[in-house]
Amino acid sequence: MKVPEDERILLAHGSGGKLSHDLVEKGFLPSFDNPLLSRLDDSAVFDVKGRLAFTTDSYIVTPIFFAGGDIGKLAVCGTVNDLAMSGATPLYLSTSFIIEEGFLLADLARIVTSIKQAVDEAGAKVVTGDTKVVNRGSADGVFINTAGVGVIPEGIDISGSNARAGDAVILSGPIGEHGVAIMSEREGLKFASPVQSDCAPLNRLVSDMLDVSREIHCLRDPTRGGLATTLNEFAAQSGVGVLIREDAIPVSDAVRAACEMLGLDPLYVANEGRLVAVVGPGDVEQLLDRMRANKYGRGAAVIGEVTDDHPGKVVLRTTLGASRIVDMLVGELLPRIC
Amino acid sequence: MRFIDEYRDAALARTLVKRINRHSTRPVRLMEFCGGHTVTIMKHGIRQLLPETVEMLSGPGCPVCVTANGDLDKAIALAEQPGVIVTSFGDMLRVPGSRSSLQKARAGGADVRVVYSTLDALEIARDNRAKKVVFIGVGFETTAPTIAASVLKADEEGVANYCVLSLHKLCPPVIKALLDSGEVKLNGLVCPGHVSSVIGSRPWEFAAHDYGIACVVAGFEPLDVLQSVDMLVGQLERGEPTVEIAYSRGVSREGNTTAQKMMARVFEPCPASWRGMGSVPGSGLRFREEYGKYDAERVFDIDPGPTLEHKGCICGDVLRGVKTPLDCKLFRVTCTPEHPVGPCMVSSEGSCASYYHYESA
Repeated sequence: MKVPEDERILLAHGSGGKLSHDLVEKGFLPSFDNPLLSRLDDSAVFDVKGRLAFTTDSYIVTPIFFAGGDIGKLAVCGTVNDLAMSGATPLYLSTSFIIEEGFLLADLARIVTSIKQAVDEAGAKVVTGDTKVVNRGSADGVFINTAGVGVIPEGIDISGSNARAGDAVILSGPIGEHGVAIMSEREGLKFASPVQSDCAPLNRLVSDMLDVSREIHCLRDPTRGGLATTLNEFAAQSGVGVLIREDAIPVSDAVRAACEMLGLDPLYVANEGRLVAVVGPGDVEQLLDRMRANKYGRGAAVIGEVTDDHPGKVVLRTTLGASRIVDMLVGELLPRIC
Repeated sequence: MRFIDEYRDAALARTLVKRINRHSTRPVRLMEFCGGHTVTIMKHGIRQLLPETVEMLSGPGCPVCVTANGDLDKAIALAEQPGVIVTSFGDMLRVPGSRSSLQKARAGGADVRVVYSTLDALEIARDNRAKKVVFIGVGFETTAPTIAASVLKADEEGVANYCVLSLHKLCPPVIKALLDSGEVKLNGLVCPGHVSSVIGSRPWEFAAHDYGIACVVAGFEPLDVLQSVDMLVGQLERGEPTVEIAYSRGVSREGNTTAQKMMARVFEPCPASWRGMGSVPGSGLRFREEYGKYDAERVFDIDPGPTLEHKGCICGDVLRGVKTPLDCKLFRVTCTPEHPVGPCMVSSEGSCASYYHYESA
């Protein structure tokens, strides 16, 4: 979409009239072009075979553009990843925009471009969508909702309640990059950080993993609440204990430094391009090899194991050799005073 | 990561733990003054590594936690005044006062903004000349100089709509008050590293000389804390309490004299009320006469209403080291980080939050 630099979204862009049509025809259709969408009927109509996975999520992020991504890429990756974590191959997505009056059309064009790049990379399609414009002050720039459907291949049963004692816990790469990238850029936090968001579609990494193992019991992307919250969910859902080793959890120096300064714990910081897998002990080596061959799994590592001890709880063995309980995230992450 | 990993080295930690176990023959009770130290101790499981002879108590060193309800009420009342922007460090927002919190005031329409530095607050004042911008000045000697700096800068630039609610606290006077009360029998003190980087180690000497308390100024990494415990045990075993520095990369005997001068230019000591301890002489900072126009208490007529205490909350006892969070009936039951009853559950450096998050397994 080529637009003049200072042209802005007007309420009329969401009215359903001429400007709305122009926005769809010139703004969205050229990027998302596919036969299902370009029919422009009230719903996208398609055939699918097999078990379906269906998910939805709304995306609100400040700033809208950040190092390593933007709200558009995030909206695709988040939904694609939710599908992938059930073992599904993502097929079709909807995108629904709520835009604040006065939002720059050029910024919307950037977001649309990054949505296109992300769905292309994931091998999915945007087949339906909607746009609403709200009065200035009623939204913060732009909010995006995406929903997605995918199919789950035969014989796959992945769930947070499938963890068993003896399973290994694998993490696909260093944690905390998305959260630190966002916090670094937020207004007021003047922290020159080279950290880039890890935001990425993980469905191809998951299909690589499924190629070499049918012993993948749980998969989840540790987004809000971080690794600690995801592991607690597994422990609670499966009624098992999880034991992790502090020195085995990959954290980049830049994220550690930022967290040290801000008083945050990387275990609780959000990720948008990482996954945690709980897998049968026999398949660990081939899984690690295959994951490391994928660019989104290069830093894959075993960080702990599932145990019958302390059911429902996550225990961390500290670098110094002591043990403590790692709880879910409670409240919001706030930088400390001194 | 440089300057971090070398202070978390597991082999060195084991050596220190062995040394402490070997040297410690008599029971000693040590207090880590600072909430930052409590976090390190809990997060790395240091208590589990120490011998039974070494008891560690958490002290009052969390500026958010020691802020009295009456003072919190003042901050909330300010936020509710029309034409006022209240700026604060993030931790303060969730701390419940008598009836409300800054967070609730914000939800009710007050303009409350989180800043990461006083200079950000000053920038908000520059950008909003038609409003009064108040910074909630909570903190110890570490924070006070930065707040003094913002006042001096406002004065230099003529930013007349900026002021500070000074709720600062000074550490050595409250330690003296704790020791005078005799309520907690202490043998040694892990002195706060960041505070001492400003005030130096000299202000702790009274504790060793007048009260026979072993003192070691410590940094915040696990090895720093273990080293300070080792040094404290050594002093006490020898029967020679004195003041030592285990944080020489940050602290000298004289401290940061530039910061001290800046603080002294803007503020002067005054009595301050501490949660759980009441009024402690010489433990607060108020504006000097010549900077009075930046003092929120003089700029505004603040009426916070009567002060109420939280029923059943023992934060005051926890802050004095008389009780631990585990002694509190509300802990984990009605008081959680989600729904904090007292401030020690709110601040990331509060004892209750540390015990909650880093329970040993």
